[in-house]
Amino acid sequence: MKNIKFMYSKIMLLTGLLFVITMSCERDISDQVEFAHLSKTGEIFTDSPIGLGSDFYFPYTGSKATAWSVDEGEGYESFASMRFDVPNANDPAGNYAGAIFRVDGSGRDLTEFDALTFWAKASQGVVIGEVGFGQDFGLNKYQVSENNVSLSTNWQKFVIPIPDASKLFDERGMFWYSAGTQNTGGNGYTFWIDELKFEKLGTIGQPRPAILNGNDVVQDVFDGNDLELTGLTQTFNLGSGINKTVNVAPSYFDFSSSDPSLAFISEYGIISVNNGSAVITASLGGVEAEGSLTVNSVGNFQFAPIPTLDSSDVLSVFSDVYTNVPVDYYNGFWTPGSSTGSADFTINGDNILHYTNFNYVGTAMSSPTLDASNMTNFHLNMYVPDNIPADFDFLISIEDWGANQIDNGGDDTRQQIFVDISQVQPDTWITVDVPLTLTSRNNIGLIIYENINNSSLSNFYIDNVYFYK
Amino acid sequence: MNKNKYKLKIQTLVVSSFLFASILTLTNCDTDETQTVASYTQLVMSDEFDVEGAPNSEIWNYDTGTGPALDGWGNNELQYYTDRSENVTVQNGLLVISAIEEDYNGAAFTSAKLLTKGKFSQAYGRFEARIKVPGGSGLWPAFWLLGENVDVDGWPQCGEIDIMEYRRQEPTKVSGSIHGPGYSGLTDPQGQVTKSYDLGNDRYDAGFHVFGIEWSPDYINYYIDDVLYNQITPSDIEVTPADAVYILNDGVAATADTEAIPGTDITGDWVFNKPFYIIINLAVGGNFPGNPDSGETFPQNMLVDYVRVYK
Repeated sequence: MKNIKFMYSKIMLLTGLLFVITMSCERDISDQVEFAHLSKTGEIFTDSPIGLGSDFYFPYTGSKATAWSVDEGEGYESFASMRFDVPNANDPAGNYAGAIFRVDGSGRDLTEFDALTFWAKASQGVVIGEVGFGQDFGLNKYQVSENNVSLSTNWQKFVIPIPDASKLFDERGMFWYSAGTQNTGGNGYTFWIDELKFEKLGTIGQPRPAILNGNDVVQDVFDGNDLELTGLTQTFNLGSGINKTVNVAPSYFDFSSSDPSLAFISEYGIISVNNGSAVITASLGGVEAEGSLTVNSVGNFQFAPIPTLDSSDVLSVFSDVYTNVPVDYYNGFWTPGSSTGSADFTINGDNILHYTNFNYVGTAMSSPTLDASNMTNFHLNMYVPDNIPADFDFLISIEDWGANQIDNGGDDTRQQIFVDISQVQPDTWITVDVPLTLTSRNNIGLIIYENINNSSLSNFYIDNVYFYK
Repeated sequence: MNKNKYKLKIQTLVVSSFLFASILTLTNCDTDETQTVASYTQLVMSDEFDVEGAPNSEIWNYDTGTGPALDGWGNNELQYYTDRSENVTVQNGLLVISAIEEDYNGAAFTSAKLLTKGKFSQAYGRFEARIKVPGGSGLWPAFWLLGENVDVDGWPQCGEIDIMEYRRQEPTKVSGSIHGPGYSGLTDPQGQVTKSYDLGNDRYDAGFHVFGIEWSPDYINYYIDDVLYNQITPSDIEVTPADAVYILNDGVAATADTEAIPGTDITGDWVFNKPFYIIINLAVGGNFPGNPDSGETFPQNMLVDYVRVYK
């Protein structure tokens, strides 16, 4: 799932640029133009898939591709439903179930509906990760999702409100879901969905959009920094009287900046900061969103030293100079206990890892593990903004997962690299460059950063993480 | 003429034991195929709220504060009622009652309660108002009538006719009720006599609706917009002195024989045979809607387009 999200934002950036360019040569539509009449069908699955064409099910990478089927022995007031078999966590064919249902052909006109609704039940009480609509593996421009959908063993009706149906005049992304075994101890289960359709309920009201989850956030940023606005939600009151909050793609919102020349925000929620200070606000369907972002430019960003080693001598984990090895994630957390968040950013094409509210965090490389047996040194650059806490004490652990390539598989070994307060300066890139002493280093799976000895370091940047010889 | 014709029609129906279904069935078979919603047409009093500023003082009084017992008007309501323009004003042809979140005389909210007590009351007739209820949680907008003898005989002996009560737990429904001795809502076996009307594919906070009753000596008819949805008659009052158990406010049950509170008549009388006055209010919190969600938006406005009384 992380990979998918990452790609999504990249695609959005690229298409954002394209869109701006084409906008400038847009002309008014002639009266002679006749619009194609798109289907206004709301049904997606009743007793069988409705109007989806033949090639409409697209599983996510890494998910079990055969998780979905039509079950002709179960149904909500019928004898057929969609069945989703979520695999066990150790299933070699995929450790979760997830896919999009995309119309094979022209999109649909969903402007007359106000919700996606369905009936669902599961083989056991279970909370599934995400369901929604508007994901098409293209721009995913009007994606909506609900997190943590709680299914019981009885059929229940679920309602996912449409934030602003006027945007959905040509939509192919009918439904998507992602369900794993995080809440079932790794054990698979089955859930069923029936009567999946867009509906005009008329009973959904009180829209309350929010950005940054409704918080007023002040953030210092460097000139040239691109920020992605997060925490975009819309809360409705349903006909049942219950409030429902969904995650909403940026394109549903109208963003505004108090000074676009200082901080410009695109329709994709990407903020480009030049200098000075500006306030970003938003509205959705004419309703002002709760929350705001005040960006204060703090001048030019100081870049980390640019690596100069020949790429043939480097195995890069994170840099923009070298091609990085496959990395599972740069922000692996252990729960419960980890508080670390990410606010990674990009300035002039240089990607920077930014850890916030830090206590510990890991970068994982499991598929495949990293073979650094030819490498002699480990390198990274670290930057602590504003000030260094007096109790600063930082540990980097490089963990080799041994021949079985399994974390905590019994043959793990570690090299610890201590960074103490004498090695760091506020607002300055420092270089950590140490010889590799790890004897077995052909299956490196984790690099862990952590506060030790009650260090209160909270906020720092990392760049140019690599092994070299 | 209209009145008499309508009464005749109703009386034939009263014979039936399933009133509501019967009315629908009968009107469906009518040649004109339209439901007779209201038949009193002679306007007696109206406030169209056309004059900006404070509501017409010839029609409206205010209850202020937190109730005579300082207990949130007997319902643990949270608001302090005022007659300030912040809480009640006429703007753009509408009466605006605003519930505000503020510290005020020890209360966390302020709002307003308008009543025609001492200025207008009437027995029987048609009472209606066009209202848009606020959409927030923990609010209790209401349009209701109270018997003008309340200060002499007390509640519930005075009788109460609730034309519209709403809470966000059920955004597609409002309820219409009567309360009286033996069926006050605090009573067993019979509580208040009530019925709600569900819009089905719409919600009340999304627009204005007409809420009304038509009240004769023999019945109270409830309607919303163009739909007659309930009729309450004396025969709906089931409580007799023999079977009544009166639950006092302290939660202690008392029978007719043992109860000794003056004026607590439990005979299940039909008390809707004397003048009643009008109340429009927006309560915050309390037993019926519960408290507002944390982070609920305030102010919340109840809008009234008009109040009209016919005979």
